[in-house]
Amino acid sequence: MSVLVNKDSKIIVQGFTGKEGTFHAEQMIAYNTNVVGGVTPGKGGQTHLDRPVFNTVADAVKETGADVSIIFVPPAFAADSIMEAAAGGIKVIVTITEGIPVKDMVVVKEYIKDFDCTLIGPNCPGVITADEAKVGIMPGFVFKKGKVGIVSKSGTLTYEAADQVVKAGLGITTAIGIGGDPIIGTTTKEAVELLMNDPETKGIVMIGEIGGNLEAVAAKWIKENGTKPVVGFIAGETAPVGRTMGHAGAIVGGAEDTAAAKKAIMRECGIHVVDSPAHIGSKMAEVLA
Amino acid sequence: MNLHEYQGKEILSSYGVRIQRGIVAQSADEAVAAAKKLQEETGTGWWVVKAQVHAGGRGKGGGVKLAKSLEEVKQRASEIIGMDLVTPQTSKEGKRVHQVLIAEDVYYPGETETSEIYMSVMLNRQAGRNMIVYSTEGGMDIEAVAEKTPELIFTEEIDPKVGLLPFQARQIAFNLGLEGVAFKEMVKFVTNLYKAYDSIDAALFEINPVLKTSDNKIMAVDAKVAIDGNSLFRHPDIAALRDLREEDASEVEAGEAGLNFIKLDGNVGCMVNGAGLAMSTMDIIKMAGGNPANFLDVGGTADAARVEKAFRIILREDNVKAILVNIFGGIVRCDRVAQGIVDAYNNIGEINVPIIVRLQGTNAVEAKELIDKSGLKVHSVIALQEAADMVQELVS
Repeated sequence: MSVLVNKDSKIIVQGFTGKEGTFHAEQMIAYNTNVVGGVTPGKGGQTHLDRPVFNTVADAVKETGADVSIIFVPPAFAADSIMEAAAGGIKVIVTITEGIPVKDMVVVKEYIKDFDCTLIGPNCPGVITADEAKVGIMPGFVFKKGKVGIVSKSGTLTYEAADQVVKAGLGITTAIGIGGDPIIGTTTKEAVELLMNDPETKGIVMIGEIGGNLEAVAAKWIKENGTKPVVGFIAGETAPVGRTMGHAGAIVGGAEDTAAAKKAIMRECGIHVVDSPAHIGSKMAEVLA
Repeated sequence: MNLHEYQGKEILSSYGVRIQRGIVAQSADEAVAAAKKLQEETGTGWWVVKAQVHAGGRGKGGGVKLAKSLEEVKQRASEIIGMDLVTPQTSKEGKRVHQVLIAEDVYYPGETETSEIYMSVMLNRQAGRNMIVYSTEGGMDIEAVAEKTPELIFTEEIDPKVGLLPFQARQIAFNLGLEGVAFKEMVKFVTNLYKAYDSIDAALFEINPVLKTSDNKIMAVDAKVAIDGNSLFRHPDIAALRDLREEDASEVEAGEAGLNFIKLDGNVGCMVNGAGLAMSTMDIIKMAGGNPANFLDVGGTADAARVEKAFRIILREDNVKAILVNIFGGIVRCDRVAQGIVDAYNNIGEINVPIIVRLQGTNAVEAKELIDKSGLKVHSVIALQEAADMVQELVS
């Protein structure tokens, strides 16, 4: 078992023949991920990385039976690519692209409601199920197979957490990078729920940051429905009010946006919150012992 | 990206939103000329001199003054231009004022009482939709209104499939208790305000106050506008409105080099790849007894040129006592980053503050070896906790 992606997933790459798409598709293939082809409009019929290139997602789905897509299309065109994936029948759409205008994402969020699909991201490192499928840009070797699931808004902080969990002897089931933008497809709560329902996952690491209320919503859900221990961390305790800290969504607006407020809610809901990001792995080992 | 009040008002006006008219001036003499011109165009007898800086609460800091004669315009303008305006939203040093807006007086007496309304358009992140927030309690701090009388704040959510609908605009005008001419004016005001917000990819339009004048006109007296930075590629005209004088020079320079840098006032600098890890590294510095001097995300390519630039910018601040470099090598190989650090260090020459380098991930061991053998005064560690301990040792 696993969530979102596994060894049987049939994955296509949108923006397949571009620089980013090519580099990361190679890395994904090297991880033995089942990449079945890619899409670059106008290059249909060609072969790239020994895999077929299609003009449209619909063609790719028809010919390969693809059910997962990863998007490396530049920000000006990425929203269109997400909607094409949804309309083309893709079930899990992982959007790596950083810098998509909010206005475009408002439209995307509305449009994809009519389709049976899950959007991960945008502006995220992707999803990896250890030893099965890497649908993202994370360093695969860090994610050794095990029993802990990770949900995170951040890229490198996810790798950091995974590294600590692996070194604590626990290993990873699936790590989900949900992204740091103001509008994202899958929320913290939805990602946590997926892992809560995965029998192989015994504990969950939930990493958030300042801005928005995703962690608070997830924490309340966990309090009501949680069946596994959750270790939590919120980045940005020291962030100044009103400044965007790198991620477009990471901005302290009101009192409830702060790291301290989020941590307090998470603690009230029974989450094992660590103040130092250096203690994520050791805390998980402690609560699973 | 933030705009000045006068820029926001010009945009509003171009979308048919009535505004308090004004002319921007860079000097006291220009201010007088602007006041004369405005008098000819609008018939105003008094003027408001308003500091144009990217910060709210300007009135509280003495950046907004009424002038009842041309002499007073000159006097007020010369006081405000060049001042370091301190408001609740600036640092304690304040923000230097480079220009003022000379605006018409719109609080003239007439057949009805004037009233001030609050209105803003922004994204509701939870819903993934835009919303209009409005209140009869304009002209004051909206956070205070939200706290004391939340029932006086209304919201109207916009369905992206159809945009702002006419009935919603009417509902807003009704909820604000308007009637007759003022009601019609408000419907038009809201409709065109939303059109402006939507058309220019704004992240925020906050109009506080929206004024109902004594002759029942509805107009924007202020305009706080933020633009979604990710959309600027399709709005070159808006991108051109950026005023670099309002931004920190180091932050602008870092941005040009592809570094995401925010200056803070602490004593430990940091350089990190990834925004989340960068924020966490700042937290670690704080927990270890230091204070972060900056936020700095070097992005995916931490090569020698970028590392050198980052070091130079961080070292510009005299109060920096140590620098913590925290890189989690994924696709970026740690040994490459380590080589970048060694090269940057040698290029800069004398660096008098201790540097802690924490490289983890791809080729971390090779990277540590490279740094340890370089002979530089650089402390190299691998685990995050070791880095925290080292910061503590250096700042205590």
